[in-house]
Amino acid sequence: MPPPQPPIDNTRDTDAPKIGPLALFLAFSQLAMSGFGGVLPWAHRTLVERKGWLTQREFVDTLALGQLLPGPNIGNMAVMIGYRFSGYAGAAAAFTGLVAGPFLLMIAAGLAYQAYGALPLVQQALSGMSAVAAGLVLATGLKMTSTLKRHSRSWLFAALSLVGVGALRWPLLAVVGGLAPFAIAAAWRERD
Amino acid sequence: MDRVDLPALGLHFALLSLMAIGGVSSILPDMQRYVVEANHWLSPKQFADAYALAQAAPGPNMMFVTLVGWQLAGWAGAIVATLAIVGPPILLTMGATRLNARNPDAPLGRAIRGGLGPIAIGLTLSSGWILAQSADHSERTALLTLLTIVLMLRTRLNPVWLILAGAIAGMTGIL
Repeated sequence: MPPPQPPIDNTRDTDAPKIGPLALFLAFSQLAMSGFGGVLPWAHRTLVERKGWLTQREFVDTLALGQLLPGPNIGNMAVMIGYRFSGYAGAAAAFTGLVAGPFLLMIAAGLAYQAYGALPLVQQALSGMSAVAAGLVLATGLKMTSTLKRHSRSWLFAALSLVGVGALRWPLLAVVGGLAPFAIAAAWRERD
Repeated sequence: MDRVDLPALGLHFALLSLMAIGGVSSILPDMQRYVVEANHWLSPKQFADAYALAQAAPGPNMMFVTLVGWQLAGWAGAIVATLAIVGPPILLTMGATRLNARNPDAPLGRAIRGGLGPIAIGLTLSSGWILAQSADHSERTALLTLLTIVLMLRTRLNPVWLILAGAIAGMTGIL
């Protein structure tokens, strides 16, 4: 016999604990500024494991919806989670917390680049960093192809968008606008 | 370098933000096309440098647009570029939340994700290809890119260590 679920899991969705905008702002600032090499693992650690604001299931559901909507997944999640706990003020607080620190860091990086970017040593460092950064993006794309194995048709759409945007350098709006309806229709017909 | 047209930049980035399926790396190719190739506001190297610097800093990936905006037009550029990329998705997300779109696993949600997923893969690989074209100016830098791919696919190393290793490799003059 499975152990009984803690009752809080069943009531969470309708009876969310009240978490104020300030707490949301601080939590999202903290997870954004700890997120070297990706924020999502830190979001999980902070929101689910440390603070217990979300159950594992709620985190996965929010992530799935965040991935469905355009834009950065973690940004969409911040809006949804903030709104859930504290309405519009919560959504604004969580999102601002997520981007404010990194925004200022980017400005600092821009200032440093302006001042020192031309120095030979900095140029050499940047040349190594950008070679690695290109590899990171390519590796991410290659990892994502593991989701493609089943249907040959999805390989076709991946290849077409790679050729259109990457090789031919056509505008993205035209390529995605042209491919998306067919890709979604194909996925709809192949649904189980 | 030509003069930057901020309203046009904002509009273009805002449109792109609605196409950012699976995150900002899927729209990087078109940002590069618009900023570097069509308008000559930045050199390919400045664009690739901005991306590399942003990867070395903590925070969401999308924040690299802040640095691109800063390079284009200082504070005003940083603010316009960032708001254009984050604004439309926030409004859409709020809308979806208000409509109580709780169940992304419904058949239509699954079909949209299943359809857009492969396109996002093609776009992400395009981003990597474009970055590699401006970053890999010698056999050694190309080798470093290749090594990064192998390490990322075979190990669970935090990418920040690889960026740091790349910086050190560059500074010691191996590249």
